Amino acid sequence: MEYEAVIGLEVHVELKTNAKAFCSCTTAFGGEPNTHVCPVCLGLPGVLPVINRRVVEFGLKTALALNCQVASFCKFDRKNYYYPDLPKNYQISQYDLPLARGGYLTINVDGKERVIGITRVHMEEDAGKLIHVDSPDGGYSLVDYNRTGVPLLEIVSEPDLRSPAEARAYMEKLRTILQYLDVSDCKMEEGSLRCDANVSVRPRGSQTFGTKTEVKNLNSFRSLQRALEYEIERQIAILESGGRVEQATMAWDESRNVTYVMRTKEEAQDYRYFPDPDLVPLEIDAAWIERVRRELPELPDARCRRLIEDYGLPAYDAGVITSSRDLADYFDRVVALYPDAKTVSNWLMGDFLRLLNAADLEPRQSPVPPEELASLLQLQKDGTISGKIAKQVLEEMFASGKGARQIVEEKGLVQISDEAALTRIVEEVLAANPSVVEDYRNGKEKALGYLVGQVMKATKGKANPSLVNRLLKERL
Amino acid sequence: MDLHNLTAHEVGDLLRRREVSAVEVTEAMLERIEVVDGRVRAFLTRTAEQALEQARAVDAARARGEDPGILAGVPMALKDNLCTEGVRTTCASRMLAEWIPPYDATVVNRLKKAGAVILGKLNMDEFAMGSSTENSSFFPTRNPWDLERVPGGSSGGSVAAVAAGEAYYTLGSDTGGSIRQPASFCGVVGMKPTYGRVSRYGLVAFASSLDQIGPVTRDVTDCALVLGVIAGHDPLDSTSADVPVPDYRATLWPDIKGLKIGIPREYFGTGIEPEVENVVRRAINKLEELGAVCEETSLPHTEYALPAYYLVAPAEASSNLARYDGVGFGLRVPGRDIVEMYMNTRSQGFGPEVKRRIMLGTYALSSGYYDACYLKALKVRTLILKDFENAFTKYDVLATPTSPTVAFRLGEKAGDPLAMYLSDLCTIPINMAGLPAISLPCGFSQGLPVGLQLIGKAFDEATLLRVAYAFEQATEYHRRRPELGVA
Repeated sequence: MEYEAVIGLEVHVELKTNAKAFCSCTTAFGGEPNTHVCPVCLGLPGVLPVINRRVVEFGLKTALALNCQVASFCKFDRKNYYYPDLPKNYQISQYDLPLARGGYLTINVDGKERVIGITRVHMEEDAGKLIHVDSPDGGYSLVDYNRTGVPLLEIVSEPDLRSPAEARAYMEKLRTILQYLDVSDCKMEEGSLRCDANVSVRPRGSQTFGTKTEVKNLNSFRSLQRALEYEIERQIAILESGGRVEQATMAWDESRNVTYVMRTKEEAQDYRYFPDPDLVPLEIDAAWIERVRRELPELPDARCRRLIEDYGLPAYDAGVITSSRDLADYFDRVVALYPDAKTVSNWLMGDFLRLLNAADLEPRQSPVPPEELASLLQLQKDGTISGKIAKQVLEEMFASGKGARQIVEEKGLVQISDEAALTRIVEEVLAANPSVVEDYRNGKEKALGYLVGQVMKATKGKANPSLVNRLLKERL
Repeated sequence: MDLHNLTAHEVGDLLRRREVSAVEVTEAMLERIEVVDGRVRAFLTRTAEQALEQARAVDAARARGEDPGILAGVPMALKDNLCTEGVRTTCASRMLAEWIPPYDATVVNRLKKAGAVILGKLNMDEFAMGSSTENSSFFPTRNPWDLERVPGGSSGGSVAAVAAGEAYYTLGSDTGGSIRQPASFCGVVGMKPTYGRVSRYGLVAFASSLDQIGPVTRDVTDCALVLGVIAGHDPLDSTSADVPVPDYRATLWPDIKGLKIGIPREYFGTGIEPEVENVVRRAINKLEELGAVCEETSLPHTEYALPAYYLVAPAEASSNLARYDGVGFGLRVPGRDIVEMYMNTRSQGFGPEVKRRIMLGTYALSSGYYDACYLKALKVRTLILKDFENAFTKYDVLATPTSPTVAFRLGEKAGDPLAMYLSDLCTIPINMAGLPAISLPCGFSQGLPVGLQLIGKAFDEATLLRVAYAFEQATEYHRRRPELGVA
């Protein structure tokens, strides 16, 4: 039988507000353990939380960017459970009245565009971090509360995703949008973007849902995709052998490439949600929503359309360029100085990204500023350097941080367009290769290429290629 | 002159006139505590050194010609669920027996700014759960009028200290009557302000939506003064209201002619001692003599307040008390693993009444029972509030007994939680509605004090104080002091 997967994602995003959700402690990552804490985020007796307005603002931005309906009235609830990194033993979250509901985003997989529903967006606080220490007498655990109270958004999708690749594309798109909004660092390795996946399988064509499992804490695109692939295979194998999938919470073991059961339905938590009496409900008026909406930046889909319409870029190029706000911003700045958009896009998608990735840098951290890339392209266009030299110069710019003109001048890379000088070299090459000349005259077109190559070699690549071609042909 | 028999404003006047120094008053009070507290047992922690230091600072300020305010240099004390930086705050629980907060509650901050001299921390029912102060993990406090009787609860220590002359005023907290019921039992003035009037920041939470800090004093003037210091918006408490705080003392005019007072008949129902009812009715007659128009009225949902309260308060408590797990602070009783450590810590750290309410609250919030218990209780709460709103379209204040009985004997109800819960029958609806109420001495039954409760509109503490002041000016009950068998 053919099966199809049904996947929904719950994504947790750490917001990069300066202060925590309910106190004024810093949200900076790292720091000596338990230094970014105060009585409030430690949950000491007597303390009270007060909502940080910026958290709501960031939540609103995100909800609007995801096309959600923002609630005019929402409240905070307590989610009660015991866990040593949760100082109060309840988490302040939102239950039945979240910040926003009912949005969507579009993804593109294998050239197929799909609209994925967003069920809800709500605000909550993060927990701390446990460090488990093995020791001969049984081991112990240390608790670092620096992260407790850091604001999170939980973004829950509809079960609209049908494959691990779609799930990954959704997650990547979400990250792109969040980066455009500048509400999160989206660093999966630091836990500022992480996700739980609900997954079930059913015979293709069936309308009913199978029993789902929840795979917790997937903290890279790769583990998301691989955990889903594994879990779907596992569920199909159970069904194929006539078994039944048990509802369970699973974890992903990265080293062994398997999912395993954390707890089953019978052990399911009863969170005993109730409205947090320490926090007054939030009333979000239309004027506030409108103000945030007006301040939204151009989002990736709109920007992609603009690159296609304004610059005539191919859809593929526009998609790659706008997949990162950073890269798109870089593109815009280069194009403003060097208006041949397709050439810019070729360079960015090719050598530029390759060099950036090799150095593990974001476009904004590039040692080559947009102005310098534009001047490099200009040098090539006006014939000062050849395309091949331009590639070398870019590498040199990355390595040294020097400007394009400076490198070209220092290294004497200016293209030789002096006809007299080139004629001399051309004649030398012809004289040295009588048999190749013979071949060409007998109709072997390819022989010309060899001769051009020899001229280039003699000039260390600096000869103007079109001039070399003309001079050779004149003499053959 | 017996300094300890004076009121806070009387001592404040002496201090201002520099007829006595703050250090002298503080030393006198420390000595008084030395003499009587062995019998009353109101204090859990005494901070004599700190108190004298604060007193010296006030004296120094006055010597420089400053006027730090009428309460500056007047010794007082705090219920032990108010956080005090550097001074242990136990909530009368083994769980926090050694816990020293790194910060002051907002009310403590405000009192310190007003020049308060803090003598120490006062006994209470563990985590403010109880109506007799017998639930303290350490020892019970006794009623200064009869040492065989309870002072009421849970602010029993706060109230007994004022009644016994061990502090000029104290702060308590009131979740279901915990200031007013003991104030009634001990013959002092106790007020629960409107929910949101006083910041709860630094008050160890019992039931967040019901808790409110309030003053315990010897007369209404002191109540007005203390409320003026502690009231007002606090950015650290988002439930604290940004409503202007009047100069309460300036509004104390003993003229209540034409004021409309409703007498809700449900508060005089079964369970009220006939002699208590007589005393309260005579007090209401007194208000009429003073020109108020008193009229019987009805708050029909009153009977549901108690059962609804015993769902809402424990539900919130079960969540608020979850943090006492041995991980971050307070008591830790080791176990083989984390779950056993939690269980050992909570089994040994909490007393029976606290455990009872945690279990009740956990049950009320659990899935499948939430709608029938917690949600239903919230709906009842709305109906109770509507009853009051309706009554306040006709009346300026409502008058009731504070407690259906006078102080009972130690041990008399300790083994019967339901009987104990009934002693807050008249005070609980007011917390459910978030309204202000004051209890003031209005007579005696069997030689024990009886309290009159006045209930006001939200944020209208001024009218309550005015009515109470008028009554007080026309009577002498507030001047009576228990004998205590000492000079």
